[in-house]
Amino acid sequence: MEIIKVENLSRRFNKFLAVDSISFSVQEGEIFGFLGPNGAGKTTTINILCTLLKPTSGNAYVSCCDTTKEPNKVRSQIGIVFQDPSLDDRLTAEDNLRFHGRLYHLGSEEINKRIPEVLNLVELYDRKNDFVRKFSGGMKRRLEIARGLMHRPKILFLDEPTLGLDPQTRAHIWDYILKMRKETNLTIFMTTHYMQEADVCDKAAIIDHGKIADLDTPLNLKSKYNEQTLEGVFLKITGREIRSQAGESAWSQWMRRT
Amino acid sequence: MSDILAIYVLWLRDIKHYWYDKIRIFASLGQPLLILFVLGTALTPTLQGGVSFSKYIFPGVISMTVLFTSIFSAISIVWDREFGFLKEVLVAPISRWSIVAGKALGGSTVAVMQGAIMLFMAPLVGVELNLLIIVKSILAMFIIALAMNSLGIVIAARMKEMEGFQMVVNFIIMPLFFLSGALFPTDKLPQWLLLLNRFDPLTYGVDLLRKTIIGISNFHSIINIGVLLVFTLIMFSIAVFEFNISE
Repeated sequence: MEIIKVENLSRRFNKFLAVDSISFSVQEGEIFGFLGPNGAGKTTTINILCTLLKPTSGNAYVSCCDTTKEPNKVRSQIGIVFQDPSLDDRLTAEDNLRFHGRLYHLGSEEINKRIPEVLNLVELYDRKNDFVRKFSGGMKRRLEIARGLMHRPKILFLDEPTLGLDPQTRAHIWDYILKMRKETNLTIFMTTHYMQEADVCDKAAIIDHGKIADLDTPLNLKSKYNEQTLEGVFLKITGREIRSQAGESAWSQWMRRT
Repeated sequence: MSDILAIYVLWLRDIKHYWYDKIRIFASLGQPLLILFVLGTALTPTLQGGVSFSKYIFPGVISMTVLFTSIFSAISIVWDREFGFLKEVLVAPISRWSIVAGKALGGSTVAVMQGAIMLFMAPLVGVELNLLIIVKSILAMFIIALAMNSLGIVIAARMKEMEGFQMVVNFIIMPLFFLSGALFPTDKLPQWLLLLNRFDPLTYGVDLLRKTIIGISNFHSIINIGVLLVFTLIMFSIAVFEFNISE
């Protein structure tokens, strides 16, 4: 079953075309990797899919609901771990989760049950009464993953979930995610810069200049481009030139303007 | 129903911030206390007749506390945007108006609590309180706080970064405070100042509170409450509109 469907989706920030008429779909239970250099349009696409941003043209459906027409239905079925932290660091870890559970309409019993479950999953249960501002970057990220999973979303969006984390933490985070996926039929939509992480994807789309350059299983991509690694495939498709954060800065300018 | 719950959760967050940050509770009382006791005591001998100056400005200083706390609390939305937390709220399955309402009610509750602390200084300036005055004052503070919070949210929705904060203090909070007649009677003002005074929504809040606490006023309380509620409604609508756009 298609759980995400995107049709001719475009998004323009003033003159800059961040996403240029892309179409793809994600099957339920899949890990879908969205790979691309800086400014390729990854975050813009995620922001449209999670209803933070309206497309300039085209349609996006998440779990059969149109992201612009029924945003609240979409919102209740997705969990998101943003690229930048989005915790309230003046509250405790438990406060943050309780707040999240209530925003997602969980009952008190369910909240009390889920808090230890998700905190144990990311091994933060013994820190539940600590203020988030005392947490390290890796702990914050783990807490965000726990929060994103708390309301049992159908789809988990991960925007660079392991950015800036040490290899140990990265390995742990992947363990949690894969464990979650084994236990439930969770669909994962992720972006990453670490190509070795993208190997766990069932499908990977390589996006550049707002367009999808190729979309296939990691195995097929490697054999198609005759490369040993996804990194090789990635560099073959997107070139070796260093990119500016054009798309990212257009997005942040837009966020500031509104 | 789910909207009410969302409002409650956002309200609770502001209350928790207030509770966890006890230093701020005292820090923000410094300025009003200085004005009340230093300015109030110093200027009292220069004025003749009527009530003492510190008694006269007492409701004005409470309004000031409510104004400052309200706007600062609303401006915290800018922090939430900078530190990413606003995204967590914006992707939650809750209506946009409940986000604004939760924030306005949370900030207003905090402002009323700060105002109430000031209110209990009353015996120190020779104002007598009774239960009825306390209840009416708290209601009046709440109406003022809602108006100022809604204004603050409109500003915060448009504010790019925290750097603009000084602008807000100098060009919005201070004029609102000084023009409101919180520190002086408005019946002998020159025409231009009187006009500015009448356009300041806080004027009606100060007047309402002064009537409630020491029984002196320029307008009927119905007018004061009416102006404040209409102002709140307009600001609230603009705020909801702005949050819908940033979707």
